[in-house]
Amino acid sequence: MEAEKRQPKNDIEIIDFNFIVEIAIAMQRSGYRLSQACAAYEGDELNLFYTYVDDENNDCITVNAKLEDRDTVIMSITNVFPYAAFYENEMHELFGVNINMTVPDYQDRLYRIDQETPMAPARKEEE
Amino acid sequence: MKKRSVVPYGPQHPVLPEPIHLDLVIEDEKIMDVIPSIGFIHRGLEGLTSKRDFNQMAYVAERICGICSFGHGFGYCETVEKIMGVEIPDRAKYLRTIWFEMSRVHSHLLWLGLLADGFGFENLFYQCWRVREKILDMLELTTGGRVIFSVNKIGGVMKDISSTMAKSVLESIDSIEAELKELQKTFMGDYTVESRLKGCGVLTKEQAHALGCAGPFARASGINNDMRLLGYAAYGQLDFEPVISDVGDSYARCDVRIRELFQSFDLIRQCFNKMPSGDLSVDVKGNPKGEHFTRIEQPRGEAVYYVHGNGTPFLDRLRVRTPTFANLAGLCETLKGADYADVGLLVLTIDPCISCTER
Amino acid sequence: MSLMSFASESLKNLFKKPVTTKYPFEPAVYPERSRGHIEIEIDNCIGCGMCVRSCPLGALQVNRAKGLWAINRFDCIACGYCVEKCPKKCLFMKPGYQTPGEQKNEDVFVKSPEQLEKEAKQREEAAAKAAAAQQAALAKKALEAKKAEEAAKAAKSEEGKD
Repeated sequence: MEAEKRQPKNDIEIIDFNFIVEIAIAMQRSGYRLSQACAAYEGDELNLFYTYVDDENNDCITVNAKLEDRDTVIMSITNVFPYAAFYENEMHELFGVNINMTVPDYQDRLYRIDQETPMAPARKEEE
Repeated sequence: MKKRSVVPYGPQHPVLPEPIHLDLVIEDEKIMDVIPSIGFIHRGLEGLTSKRDFNQMAYVAERICGICSFGHGFGYCETVEKIMGVEIPDRAKYLRTIWFEMSRVHSHLLWLGLLADGFGFENLFYQCWRVREKILDMLELTTGGRVIFSVNKIGGVMKDISSTMAKSVLESIDSIEAELKELQKTFMGDYTVESRLKGCGVLTKEQAHALGCAGPFARASGINNDMRLLGYAAYGQLDFEPVISDVGDSYARCDVRIRELFQSFDLIRQCFNKMPSGDLSVDVKGNPKGEHFTRIEQPRGEAVYYVHGNGTPFLDRLRVRTPTFANLAGLCETLKGADYADVGLLVLTIDPCISCTER
Repeated sequence: MSLMSFASESLKNLFKKPVTTKYPFEPAVYPERSRGHIEIEIDNCIGCGMCVRSCPLGALQVNRAKGLWAINRFDCIACGYCVEKCPKKCLFMKPGYQTPGEQKNEDVFVKSPEQLEKEAKQREEAAAKAAAAQQAALAKKALEAKKAEEAAKAAKSEEGKD
């Protein structure tokens, strides 16, 4: 009964973007699965979210990596979670996130849309 | 090495009227590799947050998809309520649960019909959709719409189910259950159906876990990941066990969904028994500020909602991760090694909802 | 497992009457709550514009001065948010769907001339009342100012005495 009453975790933790892959490995080792990954713009700052879920006790941990410069190149976690390729391709195609070593890289062809990065805010012209 | 060729499948394809495109790499009628692509009906509904305020977005979220419409409206409202710290009345929780389960019934019956059509049993397909019509009538009676319900709002629900309506819903549930038992005999007890589905597209538990599958598709492979166990809405007060099978083939997926239908009938009855009287909604003041992730169990599996509010009526970001998107990886895996003739059927068994996937 | 498990069901179907209705010959029955289309009791409308601001589609238009309320039926998704927001409860969701049109157009509702006249009269009355109130307020102010002046004078004279 104790286990049933326990409220599952649902936290958002802020991390440095250099540790995305390390955290993915740690999560995978402790039996979590990647539930989703997404990008969001907060003004000009790019936020990346990776949600990990443990099916045993329904814990949910979201890590949030903030990129101040949207051109920062981050490492792909497809080595750890192969199915993250879909999320990473989506992030790249809709938000213009630069991700290195995504396998498979669908070359902007996962979403068959005309516009490039439709969900990203317009860039400010540099003076 | 044998000669390989690439056959495009879709976006117009025979199994369901939703556009998904697969590039199938084929060697002797065996699928070697699959390259999916979507985006034919990408409408950018998530981007609408900059033009519609957070109350109006409840209606937009609902229109992401026609089959999971209640789930999307529900998930969105639940997330915004969490951010704003709104506790909705108990009766509203139960009403939401009832409608959620009714929409699950209509979604699963739709899928069963499509499956029957997919393996060429047209008469069975008509029967499933005839039964589904009854639950659609009940949804129209209680909410006013057949597929788009518009009953969720931030802070509760808009309409009540009166006792006369409850009576007709329960009667209708009884008759649907009786008719479904007849159909179950055919789905689960007929040689033709069995020989078509058994052993087709096997996904083991390890594979399903490694590919992050969700919903009935994963539960058919033995993964216990029913998000209803989180106890959102009134599910915490209801008595149910997730339906799990550990075979992992198409037959098991059909079996899981049929058993989930009976479970839904049971949950609806429990809800009507336990539903307290009281208010339908609470007043919501102010604008959402903060962020939250919500996971709910839609008819097709786990859906994740993320809302980021900045204190103005316009949200910064709304993110919907739909179950079909999670299951794409599983689909590609089950397709590898399958016959070309099985592609349509296997695409069906993940219960794809492409409108959801592309938003 | 059996081979002909569906046979009894199919046989039954042969002799059952059809589950569909012969629609154009029989009327379609909608439940009371069915969200078909929006209607307005225009004479009760106060032209506040709440519905216009709430509509997710921007399908509505209101002109208070002319007593006009217009809806673009082709944009309306029948969500019912305006009905809920209406402070006078003069909007209604009615069952029964719209018939398809040949071209896009707006349905315009204008208040009846009697109602407009009545409202104009009311407005005049209100304006007259407001004017009267304003005059009264002015008179009161003047009176108060006079009193204050007198009091000041009195105070001055008292100061002088000291």
